[in-house]
Amino acid sequence: MLPLVNIALAFIVVGIIVAIIGVDPFLALRLLVTGALGSWESIGYTLYYATNFTFTGLAVAVAFHAGLFNIGGEGQAYLGGLGCGLAILALDRWLPAWLLIPIAIAAAALFGAAWAAVPAWLQAWRGSHIVITTIMFNFVASALMVYLMVNVLIAPGSMTPQSRGFAPSGQLPAIAGLPLNLSLALALACCAGVWVFLWHTPWGYALRTMGHNPEAAVYGGTNLRRMTMLAMCLSGALAGFVGVNELMGVHHRIVLDFQAGYGFAGIAVALMGRNHPLGVLLAALLFGALQQGGAELAFEIPSITREMVVVIQGLIILFSGALAHLPRPWLQALFARRAP
Amino acid sequence: MQALTPAAAAIELRGIDKSFGVVHAVRGVSLRIEPGTITGIIGENGAGKSTLMSILYGLYRADSGEIWVGGQPVEMASPRDAIAQGIGMVHQHFMLIDTFTVLENLILGAEGGPLLAGGLAAARAELARLARDYGLSVDPDARVADLSVGEQQRVEILKVLFRGARILILDEPSAVLTPQETDRLFDILRTLKERGVTVVLITHKLREIMAATDRVHVMRQGQIVAERRTVDTGSEELAELMVGRKVRLDLDKVPVGQGEILLRTEHLSLVDDRGVRLLDDIGIELRAGEIVGIAGVTGNGQSELLQVLAGIRAPSAGRFTVCGHAIDTGHPGDPARMRELGLAHVPEDRLRQGMVAAFQASETSILGYQDGPPFTRNYLLDGPAVGAHCAELMERFDVRPRSPGLRSSHFSGGNQQKLVLAREIARRPRVLLVGQPTRGVDIGAIEFIHRELVKARDSGCAVLVVSVELDEILSLADRILVMFAGRIVGEVEPRRADERTLGLMMAGAQAA
Ligand SMILES: Nc1ncnc2c1ncn2[C@@H]1O[C@H](COP(=O)(O)OP(=O)(O)OP(=O)(O)O)[C@@H](O)[C@H]1O
Ligand SMILES: [Mg+2]
Repeated sequence: MLPLVNIALAFIVVGIIVAIIGVDPFLALRLLVTGALGSWESIGYTLYYATNFTFTGLAVAVAFHAGLFNIGGEGQAYLGGLGCGLAILALDRWLPAWLLIPIAIAAAALFGAAWAAVPAWLQAWRGSHIVITTIMFNFVASALMVYLMVNVLIAPGSMTPQSRGFAPSGQLPAIAGLPLNLSLALALACCAGVWVFLWHTPWGYALRTMGHNPEAAVYGGTNLRRMTMLAMCLSGALAGFVGVNELMGVHHRIVLDFQAGYGFAGIAVALMGRNHPLGVLLAALLFGALQQGGAELAFEIPSITREMVVVIQGLIILFSGALAHLPRPWLQALFARRAP
Repeated sequence: MQALTPAAAAIELRGIDKSFGVVHAVRGVSLRIEPGTITGIIGENGAGKSTLMSILYGLYRADSGEIWVGGQPVEMASPRDAIAQGIGMVHQHFMLIDTFTVLENLILGAEGGPLLAGGLAAARAELARLARDYGLSVDPDARVADLSVGEQQRVEILKVLFRGARILILDEPSAVLTPQETDRLFDILRTLKERGVTVVLITHKLREIMAATDRVHVMRQGQIVAERRTVDTGSEELAELMVGRKVRLDLDKVPVGQGEILLRTEHLSLVDDRGVRLLDDIGIELRAGEIVGIAGVTGNGQSELLQVLAGIRAPSAGRFTVCGHAIDTGHPGDPARMRELGLAHVPEDRLRQGMVAAFQASETSILGYQDGPPFTRNYLLDGPAVGAHCAELMERFDVRPRSPGLRSSHFSGGNQQKLVLAREIARRPRVLLVGQPTRGVDIGAIEFIHRELVKARDSGCAVLVVSVELDEILSLADRILVMFAGRIVGEVEPRRADERTLGLMMAGAQAA
């Protein structure tokens, strides 16, 4: 109930701002909604965006349950894309789709996890704070990808930094003419999987114990270092699936900046979704609709720019975050860590 | 109109009622507290004492009823209102910031202006005045982390007085104190009373009630069932009023023959990062079928000994064997491994170690045992089995309310303790380590817990009990070891021990 109130409040404030720049807020709202949900095509786009938001939202949520604040979704998504891209570029001439697709998905998870594992290791054994290291790793990922794309993976003769196209066996089945592809099913499976893992397995139990009370986790026999690694690797793997949706589902080649913004938005999605898989899914749908409806809105009404859409997202985050007192546990966790 | 109107009560509660869902925690409580007195509130675990005080302090809102302070009806919507009315509360769990100094903690939330320096100087002067008036001396520039528990509590009391409180509520203040610190606390409370401060004291220790209070109210199941002037009553009557039956704390223990050695430590030592020797050459033996009690003033290594034996901290030197398996610096144990060997551990600090406040009771009831059957089958937690297990523990150990689905932090302090104890004893361990077995539990539960520990011993378990309660050690233990400054300084037979000699040994006066 509360999230709905928060969203409504955010929309009222947005409406006022829209009115100030001289646009009828009700017209804007109608364009936003029809833009997001008005046709099969727009619904398809909304779901495609929502798929990315689900992956990064789940990534943040899993880490959060372990008391870890993973801000590196951006970089992990990037590397996940590299992983599945490399697997496909290496194997798509030989393997059929039914074999290649699972391998590529696994490669995305592996690369995303590996990119999260380094900051996790640094925190668990060296004590460097994961918030700092995951942010830094976003920059490292970005630099690494540019280097690889410009110097190594660029298709011969191409002027833009992108790899050669994937053979059809390396492409996910998609709805014709739309970016919506089989990754949506993967996202739903991840939601279910995260739910089962966190609340119905002993590892999820231990992970949540660590997040709530590290001392009790030690007492209960959990190795905090190993659990930190596990939580971050899972988180990174989930973020890495953004690469599956974008590269295998849409671009069908490795490109630059396909992950832009999804990793950070994942923090907001998890926040809104109360770190519960179902909540994350609903929040991801909302963010997907905003992304798609906002694009339509910016297209129809020139005085509303793309930045305006970002403002709307920001306001929703503000209202659902500040009003719900959600950052409090993070701050507590942060303080608890400082004073052992 | 000739009759003298009695002076207005410091606090008067009229028909206070409070429910949490189906739990009717406080039922129409009315009570009057005279100014300048010390009033005790006692009652079983879960009787509603903390809830009642939280209502008075504005932490919870009553469903119905009125609060009168100094003869005026008042609204208590938040602790802010309570503080404005001159009511202050010292919580059982200290709300201090460890890295701040005493002075900084004192002005937290009452900084007195945008520049800290002014507020700090004023606070320093005020602190000096309070120290003088109430005999509460604490070094204002000491870091809270460096203070003993007793001193930290004094800072909490100072914090309350600093905000101008004239009514002081203390919820189980002595649960974490050593007997010496407790004596000092009561001296302070008496001074406060002489200066006209009204004190409300919740405790499970009847001797504290007898020693310090003027009046005592007994709560049972959300109601005040009796009220006595302290001079007119005695411990036995109060115990009976509380539990509703006679309580017998003396145990009939039949001597058990010498069993095999289940736990043995050799030259066990622990040195912390700063080079402080916390454990020094500890050599103890624990046999099947005996209870060994460790007596000592808090902070002399008892906590560390439990942590090392439970596998939470690795020893710096020496070794120990549990059921024949050796643990030393080369082969460190960990808590999971120790459990596999048949060792169970009831931690001293149940909130910080023994449970997860945000978890359901059923989740807390498997902490440490989540990995194996019967709770995990085919890599999945068996929710119904966990719930049934918790319900069974609650039944056996009389944990109230019997709601496995309730958040652990929503149980009263004593019931949390019973749940943790139940979890460890029910595993029928071969070695049982217990820290402060009856901290925060009511007198009926003490009786029950002691019987359970003796039952475990009789069935061949080796039990090691660490407690700051000398009576507890004296009545439970078959052998008593005294710890001082990280060493075992002596062994006493309980039949020949008395509190005086034990006290001397605990103070390091002599090694027997
Ligand atoms: N926030 C809450 N939500 C649900 N139930 C609660 C909550 N707080 C307390 N209760 C219930 O209310 C009852 C009274 O609890 P309270 O903490 O007041 O007991 P108490 O007398 O202080 O006991 P103890 O001596 O063990 O500390 C208990 O049954 C407890 O489980
Ligand atoms: Mg209580």
